[in-house]
Amino acid sequence: MSVETLNVIIALVKIILVVYVAMMVTDLILILAERRISAFIQDRLGPNRVGPQGILQPLADGLKFLLKEEVIPNHVDRFLYLLAPAIILTPALMTFAVVPFGDQITTYIAGHLVTIRFQIADLDVGILYIVAIASLGVYGLVVGGYASNNKYSLLGGLRSSAQMISYELPMGLAIISVVMMTGSLRLQDIVVDQFGMWNIIRQPLAAIIFIVAAFAETNRLPFDLPEAEQELVGGYHTEYSSMKFASFFLAEYTNMITASALIVTLFFGGWHVPFLHQANLPVLWEQIIQILAFVIKTGFFLFFFIWVRWTLPRFRYDQLMNLGWKALLPLGLLNIVITAAVMAL
Amino acid sequence: MVATILFYVFAGLAILGAVMVIANRNPIYSALSLILTLFALAGIYVLLMAHFIAIVHIAVYAGAIMVLFLFVIMLLNIRIEEKAPGAFRYMILIAAPMVVILFYELATVVFKAFSRAPVKQTNVGSVESIGNALFSQYVLPFEVTSVLLIVAMAGAVYLAKRRLNTVKE
Repeated sequence: MSVETLNVIIALVKIILVVYVAMMVTDLILILAERRISAFIQDRLGPNRVGPQGILQPLADGLKFLLKEEVIPNHVDRFLYLLAPAIILTPALMTFAVVPFGDQITTYIAGHLVTIRFQIADLDVGILYIVAIASLGVYGLVVGGYASNNKYSLLGGLRSSAQMISYELPMGLAIISVVMMTGSLRLQDIVVDQFGMWNIIRQPLAAIIFIVAAFAETNRLPFDLPEAEQELVGGYHTEYSSMKFASFFLAEYTNMITASALIVTLFFGGWHVPFLHQANLPVLWEQIIQILAFVIKTGFFLFFFIWVRWTLPRFRYDQLMNLGWKALLPLGLLNIVITAAVMAL
Repeated sequence: MVATILFYVFAGLAILGAVMVIANRNPIYSALSLILTLFALAGIYVLLMAHFIAIVHIAVYAGAIMVLFLFVIMLLNIRIEEKAPGAFRYMILIAAPMVVILFYELATVVFKAFSRAPVKQTNVGSVESIGNALFSQYVLPFEVTSVLLIVAMAGAVYLAKRRLNTVKE
């Protein structure tokens, strides 16, 4: 076996393990976590009957979605209606490809010395790739809302497009100030740059802006206006049923995972563990601990997403736009100016 | 080998999308086809190792087409557009020969100018090389473009604002 085939096989294994196995399992855990944590916050029990402590509940939910009757209303634009869930799920799964979840190890496989990076693709445009692909996710919502041929769906789709276009700007500005400090768009470089001090300490304002914008970009409360139940029935997915309805939710949870991983990578040191280097552990142990650290940090922000959702009420639409354009955008610009001034001094 | 197959796949998709942009009566489908074309072009850029250009291509055009999309939804009456199938019936008599002539000319020029395949450069599309080029060799055009954009933006805001005021009065 040549080195090239070996590298292709390693890449495929990484894609399957990370994108399909790890992301999907995390999605399942998130479904359960959301239901149990919301129950805890509202002083209820939540689903605890299927398996010990309700651990098998997401599987039961999934089975229910698969076996439910598929209803395609007569008045929809059939082709776009079927396409929308695919459009929204694909970018959600693609974005994680450049997030580094660990350093790298060098080992012998089948007689070749290979370096395995714990990252699917180490692109030199790294963070730009995520911004570009994530902005495609909005097409799924708008196409779904339009194809449903229903005024509530269309309103949800239009709201989501306005919201995502507005909050991409402060998000981009927050990213720019991080990139200015690192001098590289590569996410692995951004992590390595934080070995001395995490960006949350060097760029606190950018971190806050980024986290707020991430909530808006993933359509989570307090910014879930595209699916505001009280006003829009269900928003852009009102007319969807069974697995297609579920794929909208899968996309939302997958986007949440990527957003959490990005917050960790940009501002909380990625896979870096302070003082781990001084412990002089074997290389393999060090790598495993770093990957675990990344998973734990990301898990915390996923919990944070759920925590905020069940704590804060929803914004009104004008408040949402005011926050985005009149507060976050000027703050982001100010942050860039300050960062540039400090770096020049 | 793989790169050649991918090139033909992307090239085919790009042409398919481009044809569908003009062949569809429904402007929503046209906008979506345009995205398909731009995606295929981005794929070709990646094959030429120009990652930065490919990603910027997607980022810029995805946002631009989204706005186009919203215009279609909010300003056009799609039902009327769809129910006008024969509106350009006699145009084809002029259009078909024009297309043949245009493509014949394009093909001649392209095959004469690029009789050999352009050499693939590995670093021309990287972030560093584009950044260096923009901020050293092309710094004046770059800055002039940004000033131009600001002027356009200010003009648009002024025009929109003036109409708002008359409505209020």
